[in-house]
Amino acid sequence: MWYFVAPKVVFGQDALSHLAELKGRSAFIVTDKNIVSLGFVDKVREQLSQAGIQTAVFDEIESDPSLQTVQKGVAVMNQYGPDLVVAVGGGSVMDAAKAMRVQYERPDIKPEEINPFISDLGLGAKCKLVCVTTTSGTGAEATFAIILTDTADQRKLSLINREVVPDIAIVDPELARVMPPQITADTGMDALTHAVEGYTCAWKNDFADGLCIKAIQIVFKYLSRAVKNGNDMEARERMHNAGCIGGIGFINALSSMAHAAGHSLGALFHVPHGRAVGMFLPYTIEYIGEAREELWAEIAYAIKLEVPEGKRAATVLAQAIRGLAREINQPLSIEQMGISLDSFNKAMEKLVDNVMSDGSLIVSARIPSVAESEKFFNYTYEGKSIDF
Amino acid sequence: MAILFGSQEWVDALKKVLETSQPYKEAAKKWEGDLYIIVEPDASYKNRHVLYLDLWHGECREARVITDENEKSPKYRIFGPFTNMKQILDKKVDPVQSMMTGRIKVKGDMAQIMKMPRAAVELVNCMTGFETVFPD
Repeated sequence: MWYFVAPKVVFGQDALSHLAELKGRSAFIVTDKNIVSLGFVDKVREQLSQAGIQTAVFDEIESDPSLQTVQKGVAVMNQYGPDLVVAVGGGSVMDAAKAMRVQYERPDIKPEEINPFISDLGLGAKCKLVCVTTTSGTGAEATFAIILTDTADQRKLSLINREVVPDIAIVDPELARVMPPQITADTGMDALTHAVEGYTCAWKNDFADGLCIKAIQIVFKYLSRAVKNGNDMEARERMHNAGCIGGIGFINALSSMAHAAGHSLGALFHVPHGRAVGMFLPYTIEYIGEAREELWAEIAYAIKLEVPEGKRAATVLAQAIRGLAREINQPLSIEQMGISLDSFNKAMEKLVDNVMSDGSLIVSARIPSVAESEKFFNYTYEGKSIDF
Repeated sequence: MAILFGSQEWVDALKKVLETSQPYKEAAKKWEGDLYIIVEPDASYKNRHVLYLDLWHGECREARVITDENEKSPKYRIFGPFTNMKQILDKKVDPVQSMMTGRIKVKGDMAQIMKMPRAAVELVNCMTGFETVFPD
């Protein structure tokens, strides 16, 4: 037995206007200062005011939001008492909003205690959650995962519960138009990683597979265009869709080893999430290799890659992903991320420790030992293809 | 030779596997806490079994069958009907998916489990690391 969970998705040009059709009394807008400065929060407030909904704004979400930030936001939310929570931003904003909403509705559950085994969160009684995504790739607008940073323990917490899924996801490509090329590339690689891992992890399933394959196809066709020309609205729209489609696909199967490694690196070196997981993706494909050879071949076929006689599909796919990353100026190794060998070596024990305890690792088709994890990180530092 | 599930011999066999499993030791090196595995009766098997494991930093300090459930106050209680437990040990269903769908339930410090999900997975892998015969 398993479940397939997704929010109501409103997508395409003018999707933001759906906010004017919402029912409610007051909305608590969760966002960050950059999104406010871009004028997106004003647009959201305008739509909500047409629906007669009052608004308050909490704009203190940082990149890689911490437990402390969530608690601060909840305190403000409690004073305001909204019946709608509207997250406007990227993955960090939407994840923080999901966690804040849980604690607002269930003050007895601390954010770090959110787990997949609670079957009666009872969310929705006090408020609904609407996620308006401004980036194309995290999929957070459509997932029931929350990534928070435990700053004290220098690790990322992957918190999952099906009830945490937003009620509505707004996927309006206009909001992605001003996204800088670097963020377009980072979040696009996140979308690709979600989709590849969702299609190949141990919990893959028929309901998620089609979404993952579609997202992979869109990313390979449109990511480069969206990075090179932000005003290419066809590419923007398709990538915005791919992020959401990949999000729904992977969350119903789960992400895997590239995410475990990416969370680990990100928590220690503050590398943007999508950049980290995207860099690790081809290495994990090589590492998992044989255990998923048929599936790598299926992905290769879906994106029209030729797998020459005698060559492994894993190798061909990993090379194609590196090719795409190169095209959009993404780093291909930890070294290329500007992390010094000295600081990398000093962090190795914690890097391995984090990856071994990451929830995403349990669905990897091949799970490394401590020694293999260390070797894996060393290879990825140097940019050396995995051969073990 | 297959060992009868729920017997002291079965728990002893599990303890042996836990003591030698490198993946378990690595995954559970920070694990602190004892647990009850409670097999509840269902349509195919009418008895109740309570198995006790004291797990600490990758070691299994004690493993035995419990007759009086009030004897210990373990940090965790993992419980579910016999048939669901059997499906996990037969590797027919994923243990974490079973917990996520409520077929197997867990009570205790969930924050620790979320920090070490692999410890739970490797514990189940150890349970399937020897041949089991079921009493139904």
